Amino acid sequence: MKILVCIKQVPDMESKFKIAASGTWYDSADLAWRMNEYDEYAVEQAVQLKEQVKEADLTVLCIGSERVKETMKKALAMGCDRGAHVADDDCAGKEPYEIAAIIAEYAKDKGFDLIFTGMQSQDRGSAQVGVLAAEMLGIPSISTIVTFSYADGRIEVKRELEGGVKALLKTRTPALVTCQLGLNTPRYPTLPNIMKAKKKELISLPVADLLKVEARMETVKMYFPEKKGGGLVLEGDPGQLADKLIQILKEKTGVLA
Amino acid sequence: MKILLVAEYRDGKLLGSAYELIAFAQKMAADSVMFLAGSEAALPAYDGRLYLADAAVCGEFNPDVHKALLLDVIAREQPEMIAFSHSSYGWDLAPRVAFALRAAQVSEVVDVADGALVVPACNAKLRRNVQVKTAKTVVTLQAGAFGLADAPAGTPAVEKISADAAGKLEFGGYEAAEQGGVDLSKAEVIVSAGRGVGKPENVAMVAALAKALKGEYGASRPVVDSGWVEHKRQVGTTGQSVAPKLYVACGISGAIQHLAGMKKSEFIVAINTDKDAPIGEVADVLVVADLKQFVPLLTEKLQAL
Ligand SMILES: Cc1cc2nc3c(=O)[nH]c(=O)nc-3n(C[C@H](O)[C@H](O)[C@H](O)COP(=O)(O)OP(=O)(O)OC[C@H]3O[C@@H](n4cnc5c(N)ncnc54)[C@H](O)[C@@H]3O)c2cc1C
Ligand SMILES: Nc1ncnc2c1ncn2[C@@H]1O[C@H](COP(=O)(O)O)[C@@H](O)[C@H]1O
Repeated sequence: MKILVCIKQVPDMESKFKIAASGTWYDSADLAWRMNEYDEYAVEQAVQLKEQVKEADLTVLCIGSERVKETMKKALAMGCDRGAHVADDDCAGKEPYEIAAIIAEYAKDKGFDLIFTGMQSQDRGSAQVGVLAAEMLGIPSISTIVTFSYADGRIEVKRELEGGVKALLKTRTPALVTCQLGLNTPRYPTLPNIMKAKKKELISLPVADLLKVEARMETVKMYFPEKKGGGLVLEGDPGQLADKLIQILKEKTGVLA
Repeated sequence: MKILLVAEYRDGKLLGSAYELIAFAQKMAADSVMFLAGSEAALPAYDGRLYLADAAVCGEFNPDVHKALLLDVIAREQPEMIAFSHSSYGWDLAPRVAFALRAAQVSEVVDVADGALVVPACNAKLRRNVQVKTAKTVVTLQAGAFGLADAPAGTPAVEKISADAAGKLEFGGYEAAEQGGVDLSKAEVIVSAGRGVGKPENVAMVAALAKALKGEYGASRPVVDSGWVEHKRQVGTTGQSVAPKLYVACGISGAIQHLAGMKKSEFIVAINTDKDAPIGEVADVLVVADLKQFVPLLTEKLQAL
């Protein structure tokens, strides 16, 4: 069985963001980078599937600059067999359609039985790439899965809807699924596995070889939302803050009456 | 401009998000037509043409068939824009339709400004204005971003449609949300633990503060996904919607899916180390502090009152 998992490297969302000189994206300097949270679930599920079916080859794909290799190494340490790095210094500027097209171009003649992606990326958050790539490849896709099982060329999943309701779905492989938070418990790479990962194959492909489409939209401006105001920000000594907060609760709410 | 609005239907009911789509069309000063895979027994109040596919025949969730039905309507109506809700139905179907139409898709639109579509980025810390280069545009709208000023009114002119396409997915029905136990919607005070609590032991701090305030404790999704708190205490789009007199968010960043479940609370206090956390957008008071220090202190002082 051949499995592909697509991951993205994103900044830690608690970072202090600055707008880049271009004015159309955030500045990539001074940020802490990590694996997109949704993709950690995708990697874990792909690794669990590989462990289940035994005879499997699992590739992790990531489009981005040299920097993203660090995150790919984590996926390798979690249990992916090989890495395909699509080298692209201008990845941040690419829209979901281009990213999906790169993935589909890479995957098209490799006969993957299953492709895992995250349901969305934390920075761009389009929730498009997985479903789009499947459409390009002409294979069925199921988005936002919270359970996954595989047997004999068929998958059975639960897809999450609003309010905690789930829909039960089945389809045949080859197929693509997009992974939602809570799908599984992503493993922490162990030290021996981190060492082993260093020896795994990690090839780089130039993006120009795989990108055959043009962007259909562009970001004209990125900015901080206007603070709606009204909200009070309290800073300082925690003891005094607690007193102040109690005072406010007494004045503004009926809950301490 | 003409917009095709894709309304939603689940488990025999029309979803209220249909009116957000209508509000969006009004904001765009556009003509609209509507599509619904639903039933004649549950139609929206809408003054316009509504293409209705019978969900009993085409399925409530059947993306391949719904795509085929939509493409048929689009061929007839030639809308410049197709609008979905950014919901489990919408974010799944929109890319399929966009791809078939060779259209750009802009996800989670929250506003329109300067002729561009406005979308959030980085957990709503940032915003982006997006411009589209294709003849047709597919959009998904953030839940709650667009609302009607007046009560919805009108009766749609229904045009029934059907498709003979077959789907690649087999739908096996719904599984209801976990039931029972705590009904957060009745609590007057809710204190919620977010990922900022750091470890399961610290949930007790948050629960103690809730008790000191004679309320219930809740949690954000990562805390529930980690198994630290049961799902029935989850606040947000995939948990419960609450509107207590007081909501205290401890170590919660304020992602849109969490805000959707609590922003109607009467008074909101956020405790967060990050002054720029998006929860600040809705908080009446943002206490910039480490919750591990601040929460026990506050609890103690409240107990001493
Ligand atoms: C379809 C969908 C549905 C979803 N449904 C829900 C839902 O129903 N409910 C929900 O909550 N989420 C939901 N989510 C997830 C949501 O997008 C966010 O990922 C989630 O709400 C983040 O939870 P959090 O704020 O606890 O964690 P984070 O975003 O990681 O934020 C942690 C916060 O804690 C602060 N912090 C860290 N340490 C401390 C400290 N010591 N003291 C004080 N503050 C600290 C940080 O500054 C940060 O702001 C959903 C997502 C999707 C895609
Ligand atoms: N640069 C990238 N490299 C590899 N996979 C990506 C990249 N960007 C997005 N993806 C995949 O597409 C998913 C959805 O991303 P998005 O459509 O941007 O929200 C992510 O969870 C990843 O699995």
